[in-house]
Amino acid sequence: MRFVETVMGIPMSIDIRDGGDAAPAAERAFGVLRAADRRFSTYRPDSEVSRANAGMREEQPSADFEEVVAIGEAAAVASRGAFRVRRLDGTWDLDGVVKGWAAARAARELDAAGFRDYCLNAGGDVIVSGSPGGGRPWTVGIRSPHSPAAMLTALQVTGGAVATSGAYERGEHIVDGRTGSPARSLLSATVVADDLTTADVWATAVFALGAEGIPLALAAGARGVLVVDAAGRPVAAGELTFAPPASAA
Amino acid sequence: MNSKSWRGTILFTVILVVMGATVGLKLYGVGEQVTAAPAASTSTSSGATGSSPSPSATASSGDTSSAGSSPSSTPTPSPSSSASASATKVVTGTAVDTRYGPVQVKVTFSGTTITAVDTVQAPNGNGRDQEINQQALPILQQEVLSAQSANIDTVSGATYTSEGYIQSVQSAIDQR
Repeated sequence: MRFVETVMGIPMSIDIRDGGDAAPAAERAFGVLRAADRRFSTYRPDSEVSRANAGMREEQPSADFEEVVAIGEAAAVASRGAFRVRRLDGTWDLDGVVKGWAAARAARELDAAGFRDYCLNAGGDVIVSGSPGGGRPWTVGIRSPHSPAAMLTALQVTGGAVATSGAYERGEHIVDGRTGSPARSLLSATVVADDLTTADVWATAVFALGAEGIPLALAAGARGVLVVDAAGRPVAAGELTFAPPASAA
Repeated sequence: MNSKSWRGTILFTVILVVMGATVGLKLYGVGEQVTAAPAASTSTSSGATGSSPSPSATASSGDTSSAGSSPSSTPTPSPSSSASASATKVVTGTAVDTRYGPVQVKVTFSGTTITAVDTVQAPNGNGRDQEINQQALPILQQEVLSAQSANIDTVSGATYTSEGYIQSVQSAIDQR
């Protein structure tokens, strides 16, 4: 069963291949995503992050807020400052953590409900579990940064997460935290990891860092990294399984 | 010892240029995917760029926002032979709202096979939207078509418009 809902202004889908009524679990998973949006959206003046940024917050930060900040701060250290969760003026920008973190948490609702074979796609950030059918691995297409008419490649993943960062769709929104300038040394960065929090944060960090970010991502727990450099050359590192060509499928 | 060091070591032994790329990857027009080698075991497998001219190849730019007219718009396989298997049918999917506006597609089936996906409606408010369309929608067309044979289950990296597009296609399939 497939469910799609727009959360955080981004279309998100849950594709559950197990039998049984998956609607209640999918609804709980979307609930997790909506709750994260309410707490962390900078577009909502009443969100915790907006209140914190406005200096209006008197209460203690929530456990979720502290967890997200901790993930971001750890990535900031591990990426040597290229990944940041604070802007130069000191306000929070947690978007680089929230989507992956929230999607990973949403997937736990599916796990808790006993589902084993599913794919959760949060606006291009992907979590897969089990198999789409017949025991085969999930095949995750990686959008090409080069051409609107092509996939870069397709990866086979059994249990894990895939995230891709690039400037091709939302413009130059990723800034190298070390310089404050838009990252330009790569066209795209894809990270495969056990969990989406890691994959998402490191796709962004590698995109900001350039190729030198690849070993840092692997050291931080990425299974594999696939980047397209500014010259259009794909470079891969770590463990990646490429899907067989279509003609052989 | 921590994983850091051996990871690093692996990295340097393992970094591969996946495709001899420069050539293959001027990619415009070359079309669809991909790489290779059912990667044996660990580490990366380097791949060749397969790249077969995509069926809808030049979908790109030019005409994003409006109907039809993409090169592949004609379904074709003449209503030939046994009616049942190859009957051509065109179904318009529902319009799906995305952050940038509604996305709607028209899917052409030949029997149970999708032979074309045309964009009926796509966001076209401002330059930014157009840019997004040109980038995101055509590739998704490719995705849907190649998913027929490559069994791509999902896509990483297309944030805003992909699901709307896929959802509209799905609705067309459901209505068929």
